Amino acid sequence: MIKKANPTYNRRNTIAFYLSISPWLIGFLLFALLPMGISLAVSFTNWDLIGSPGWVGLNNYQRLLNDPTFLKSIKVTFTYTFLYVPLDLLGGLMLALLVRPKLPGIGVFRSIYYLPVIFSGVTFVVVWMWMLNPEGGLVNLALAAFGVQGPRWLLDPNWALPALLLMSFWGWGRSMVLFLGALQAIPQEIYEAAQVDGAGKLRQFFRITLPLITPMLFFNLVLSIIATFQTFTSAFVATNGGPLDATLFLVLYIYRQAFEYFNMGYASALAWALLLIVLVFTLLVVRSQRFWVFYLGEEVHG
Amino acid sequence: MDNWKIIAKNLPRYILLMLVGVLFIAPVFWMVSSALKPDYEIFAFPIKWLPTEPQWQNFKEALTQQPFGRFAINTLIIAISTIIGHLLSCSIVAYGFARFKAPGSGFFFVLMLSTLMLPYPVIMVPLYIIFSRLGWVNSFAPLILPAFFGNAFYIFLLRQTFRQIPTDLEDAALMDGATTLQTLWHIILPLAKPALATVAIFTFQAAWNDFLGPLIFLHDQQKYTIMLGLSFFRGAYTVNWAHLMAASIVVSLPVILVYVLAQRQFIQGIAFTGKKG
Repeated sequence: MIKKANPTYNRRNTIAFYLSISPWLIGFLLFALLPMGISLAVSFTNWDLIGSPGWVGLNNYQRLLNDPTFLKSIKVTFTYTFLYVPLDLLGGLMLALLVRPKLPGIGVFRSIYYLPVIFSGVTFVVVWMWMLNPEGGLVNLALAAFGVQGPRWLLDPNWALPALLLMSFWGWGRSMVLFLGALQAIPQEIYEAAQVDGAGKLRQFFRITLPLITPMLFFNLVLSIIATFQTFTSAFVATNGGPLDATLFLVLYIYRQAFEYFNMGYASALAWALLLIVLVFTLLVVRSQRFWVFYLGEEVHG
Repeated sequence: MDNWKIIAKNLPRYILLMLVGVLFIAPVFWMVSSALKPDYEIFAFPIKWLPTEPQWQNFKEALTQQPFGRFAINTLIIAISTIIGHLLSCSIVAYGFARFKAPGSGFFFVLMLSTLMLPYPVIMVPLYIIFSRLGWVNSFAPLILPAFFGNAFYIFLLRQTFRQIPTDLEDAALMDGATTLQTLWHIILPLAKPALATVAIFTFQAAWNDFLGPLIFLHDQQKYTIMLGLSFFRGAYTVNWAHLMAASIVVSLPVILVYVLAQRQFIQGIAFTGKKG
């Protein structure tokens, strides 16, 4: 391939470019870069927002490593994320496959599966607090109809996190829409060719469908990981971290340290821990993509 | 009749569709049914699917227990302001990224996309510090102001849309002496209406449903947004579930209405950003 000459930039375009992106650029400086700088600086202090900040060096970071509550919140956040994300992807994909064919009335089912996604985080949780209420909730009433005594769900330290996972199926519609888009973009001819070659349904799925939606799987995996590590609303509203810290997510702990105890320094250190975690896992997934993500148009070997 | 043949042929799939549908509908059904139940039926066993006598006054009682009207107005002020902010700022920035090549344009585009990874909880503490220094805590400013400086998701969405619009019209307008802003306003934006609608609808949903932002920045009950009000909707020791369900239904109606009216844009927004509001 002949190397392209350096693109020539004209002055007018350069000025127009920087003028037009200036709102974002200023916003980036004011609402992302500056806060991150402040956060880093504050994380080396013991500031309580009222007095003057005292320099404590790396104390906040040392404290964090020996703080059993922080370690508990890490455990809760990781357990939840590592179960929630695969369930969300798998559930969303199954729903997408279910509503994929253009059959009569399929739009109604798509809308129904998608409906819960438009509820706010608060409403979503409030509905499920009631669904999982040990006495009046539909779940335990239904279990009781079969003679099963349901657990106390959100009120039981052993069941609170599983309860949050249980209700998460109601939000699979988000993944469903993403996967449906990817499925519909697969050219029909590929399947026709496979049929001619005598490939069965299962083989078609693993050899055609799955590889071709890996880009969407990748995109959704990245988004889902980043979002799930930040889980806050469901825990704050449904359980406020309890019972016995069973649902004390990391962001909830950051919130408490910052806005209930006003330990701005420690909260900032915790926030950097969160950022580090999100970055590490995002990078891991991004790095892994060359092993399992296929882009149509690239040569397929084997 | 043809449809029935197709349905009969795909019967197993339809049965599965229905079963899953029941699972997804059940919480909504239970929410509505419970909202209408009298106190003595709310914990009834065996399952009482429908209230013997619907208690419509539950809705009135629920909504007057707290100043939900005030909350709704507050939320609307924030929602409308952020919609205006996003439409203005994101169109201009997206136009820049879509049309002008400049030294550094690639770098800034990647930088913008990478901010999508930045978790809000990381910057919420310093943002609180900044806004409290400015004396803006307990006002809508911290929730509205950032919208006027763009949003990476919507900038990306609009940029992709703008790039699909042929440049001929713009070139002609520029020849005739139109300014860049004029071409954006008179030529590009009218052609990008569906994408702008997606941005507006998504911004509305996000503002209406936002929780963490209002929770941090709004302290007076008079300033609460609708979701903040709903989250604090409890008695000191007891929860009146019928009232809570009634309130949940009402606060969800505006977004449900938008969803019904503009389903296409809604789905497009999800498909594009991969996130819900």
